[in-house]
Amino acid sequence: MFIVAALSLFIAMLLVLVRLFNGPTLYDRVLAVNTFGTFTVLFIGVLGFLNGRPDFLDISLLYALINFVGTIAILKFFRYRAIGDQPRPSDQAEGEV
Amino acid sequence: MELLVEILSWIFILSGSFFTVVGAFGILRFPDFWARLHAASISDSAGMILLLIGMALQAGWTLVTVKLIIIGIFLFITGPTSTHAAASAALVSGLRPKEHPGLTGAQTPPPEKQN
Repeated sequence: MFIVAALSLFIAMLLVLVRLFNGPTLYDRVLAVNTFGTFTVLFIGVLGFLNGRPDFLDISLLYALINFVGTIAILKFFRYRAIGDQPRPSDQAEGEV
Repeated sequence: MELLVEILSWIFILSGSFFTVVGAFGILRFPDFWARLHAASISDSAGMILLLIGMALQAGWTLVTVKLIIIGIFLFITGPTSTHAAASAALVSGLRPKEHPGLTGAQTPPPEKQN
């Protein structure tokens, strides 16, 4: 049963990878990376059950955390062109005066 | 009872696998970014929840189920959030849905002006 789940997740990851490599816009690629991360989380969990070691779920939980933070950071960078502090409009107004 | 749990877990895992493959296929085949968002949501929520429920039924009442529930809650919150962030960033950057030239009847308003 877990073999079926692992195989279908693997096929799904391959399909998403195709979209990741020839996605026409940047946002297609970001969406593909995010979905690929979710599939990876599930795949690690299924792999743990397949090997009879469900402790792999800790790794998949960690991967879920990193995946979310990474996606949000990429999107924030491409929207604001800055990841950390950025000049607020009030600061810019003070600088101009 | 054991047989019932086993059959239920089979059903959940097989349908979860089906939804993940269908969502990935939609991400590959849909014509537009805005259409691909729908397919990504299907595999992110439906496939994920069904697979996790199937795995939790296999594990029984142990610590593994608690971990699975934590992963499920986290992915249930963050999946739609990151999809929404991608849609919002694409909208701000000026990406607009394709208008099908063959469609008639629906009056599509002109795209909003960029700030």
